[in-house]
Formats: sequence, structure tokens, C-alpha cells
Amino acid sequence: MTSSALALVNVLAAEGGEGDSGFQSPTIEEFYPEPLVSFSLLGVDFAFTRITFILFLATALILALLVTAMRKPGIVPGKLQWLAESGYSVVRDGIARDVIGPKGLPFAPFLGSLFFFILANNAMSIVPALQISPMSKFAFPLVLAVFVWVLYNYVGIREQGAGKYFKDAAVPPGVPAAALILVTPIELLQVFVIRPFTLAVRLFANMFAGHMLLVVFSLGAVYLLQVGNFSVIFAPFSLLMAIIMTFFELLVIVLQAYVFTVLTATYLNGAVEPAH
Amino acid sequence: MSILAAEAHNPLIPPVGEIIVGVIAFAILYFVLAKFVFPQMEKTFVARREAIEGGIERAEAMQAEAKAALDQYRAQLAEARTEAAQIRDAARAEGQQIIEQLRAQAQEESARIVARGEEQLAASRQQVINELRGQIGALAVDLAGRVVGESLADDARRSGTVDRFLDQLDGMSATTPDGQAGRGQGGATVYVPQDAR
Repeated sequence: MTSSALALVNVLAAEGGEGDSGFQSPTIEEFYPEPLVSFSLLGVDFAFTRITFILFLATALILALLVTAMRKPGIVPGKLQWLAESGYSVVRDGIARDVIGPKGLPFAPFLGSLFFFILANNAMSIVPALQISPMSKFAFPLVLAVFVWVLYNYVGIREQGAGKYFKDAAVPPGVPAAALILVTPIELLQVFVIRPFTLAVRLFANMFAGHMLLVVFSLGAVYLLQVGNFSVIFAPFSLLMAIIMTFFELLVIVLQAYVFTVLTATYLNGAVEPAH
Repeated sequence: MSILAAEAHNPLIPPVGEIIVGVIAFAILYFVLAKFVFPQMEKTFVARREAIEGGIERAEAMQAEAKAALDQYRAQLAEARTEAAQIRDAARAEGQQIIEQLRAQAQEESARIVARGEEQLAASRQQVINELRGQIGALAVDLAGRVVGESLADDARRSGTVDRFLDQLDGMSATTPDGQAGRGQGGATVYVPQDAR
């Protein structure tokens, strides 16, 4: 260890020794704030936390935006209407119709709802003063993934018949019989367990990690400013990193909403069209 | 929750309450969007497509109408042209006919005028001849009287008288055609049918 690094460690230790316990890195408790209201209903504990509030706020905001945009729709759209229609068109034409095909349009409302719900809730992660996405709580992505799982299995059974749907899932056509001993468990696991799990975890982990990154760099900047001595010069870098990560988070917000919707459409496509 | 908070949280094991909250939030959003917002958007898309297609259809109809009008106009023009040609031909034929008619009429007229002129000429000549016949008679009587009355002294004088008479007759017959001049000497015979007329 170089002498300067040793000196830094000593300084930090000295600071800690004076009662400041050093840099408090964010923990998992970030995602478990104190409940604002807590009650038990029919044996189920409900904790109305800050994040629950943000969930309903985001849902209400996106609903208000879309309802306002389409309250008096014109043939020639206004700015807000154009924005809302563009968002829906991306899902309706770009995902439902292009990924699933002509049979996909009936799923456009569900896919659109997914997209707008995830987008609005993800966006909360960079809204000042809120700064946490409800999607970084596993419960909410999981709920959506379960909805998707139920829907594509239901559609598969309805479109192909239960026997053919489960048979195709277990025994993909064109696979050599010898390979089935490997393929069948993998396929079954993939369709009925891994798909919804990865769908939920992908969204959850992205928002979770994004929030952690923002918190680390923000708290780091504050800590470096407060800790005194020459570490102040590192504070702007930490702050800059927090800002850069905010823009990166913006990308992740949109991308994850899109990815979740596209993957849902892909699963629906597999259910609508028999396996090749 | 408060009990859980005390322990180490596992982020992958969500509390049941949160799951229910998530279901409620998404259900509300899906209900409102699928029931009101997206159908409204679909309606707008349809209306917009119809507006555009309607515009195209209207333009096509208008174009067809214009084309029909143009065709009709051209047909009318062609019809008018043939009609004009027919009228021109008819007029030309009629003009020809009129010219023919007029020429025939003029010829007839001129023939009539000539005939009348000849007739008048003949009548006036006859009148002159008749007058002259009368005068010749008187002259002949006068001359005969003078011849008888004179002593017929010399031949030269006598022959002079006769010559003069003959000259007089010649001068008169010079004004009449030859055939009639020949008959003019038989004045009495010509005179009779003239009276009878």
C-alpha cells in the first residue's frame, strides 16, 4: 500500500473514530421504507409505504395523461394526443402487429397497458423527490409477469388446444428422440417457469440496480463533500457520475418497458402460432 | 411488514400485500386504458384512415366526373362539327340550287324580254310599213296625178320623176328586211291581212 493511500485510510479511520462511522453505503433497506399506513385485512398485511404511494401516483399520472390526451380526439391530433397515439402505435403496430402478426391486434390493449404501466413506474426512478421506481420492488414486476404467464398459456390452450399446446411445449417438433431426454425438461421448465421468472427479474433487477447506482453516487458525492480534507475534490466526479447514471437510467426506463412488452408479444406469438 | 423489516429482507420474496397492491394498480390501469383510451385511439385511427381514404375517393370521383364531362364535351363538339359540316353542305347545295334557279329564271326573263322586244320591233315595223303603205298610196296617186297632169314634155324630166319615185321606194325598202321589201311592192295584198287583224 502506498503511503498516500495509507494516509487516506488513516484519515478515514480517524474520522470514523471521532463518531462518524464513515461512508454509509446504501443497503437493501433502501427498498423497505417505513410504512406510512400499515393495516391488516383478511389476514394479509398491507404496508402503505412511500413506494406504494409512488406506484399509485405513477399509475394515476399516466392514466390522467392518456385520458386527457384522448378526451376529445381529433382527426388531426394535438400535441398531447399525438404523443399518446405515438406511444400506443409503437406497441400496437411495432409490437402487437409486427411480432405476433395479424392475430396480435386483439392483444394490443394488454400490451399497451403493460408498456405504459411499466414506463410510468420506471420513470419514477429519476423524478426528483420520488427517485425510486416501484418496479424495483419485485412484487410489481412479478404481478405483471404472472399476468403475462397466465395470458400466454391461456391463449396457447385456446388457440391450439390443451393437448397440442402442452405436447408441443414438452416435445418440440423436429427434435431427435434421443435429444428429448435433455430437451423436454429444459423446454417445460423454460415455458412454464423460467419465462415469467426472467421476465419479472429482468425488469426488477434493472430498476433495483439503477436505483442503487444513483444512490451510491449521490450519497458518495454528499459524503465526499462532508468528510472534509482533500476528498472534496472527488465530490464533483461522484456527482457527475450520478448525473450520467441518471441519463443512463432514462435509457433503461424506456428500454426495459419496451423489452418487457416485446418479450410478452413473443411469448404470445408462440402461443398463437403452433411451433414450427 | 414491520416484523419483516426487522429481519434481513430478501428482495426476491415479496410480501403478499404488495402483490395485491400491484394487481389492483395494474387492474385499474388496464381497465381504464382498454375500456376507454385505446378504443378511442382505434376509433381515431379508423376515422383518420377513412378521412384520408374518403378524400382519395372523393378526388377519384371528381376526376371521373371531370373525365366524363370532358368526354361529353368532346362528343358534343364532334357532333356540332358534323352538324356544321352538314349545314355547310346543305347551304352550298341550296346556294347552287338557287344559282341554277336564278340563272334559269334570268335566262327565261332575258328570252322573254328578247321575244317581247322582237315582237315590239315587228309591231312597230309593221306600223311603219302600214303608215308608209298609206303614204305610198297617196304618193302614188299624187305622182300619177302629177304625171298625168304634166305634159310629159321631155323624157329626161319624165325619167327624173320616175327615178325619184323609185329612189323614194328604195329608200323606204332599205329600212325594211329584204323579204318584206320584195312583198312591199304588192302593197295591196299585204295590207289586207293587216286590216283583218
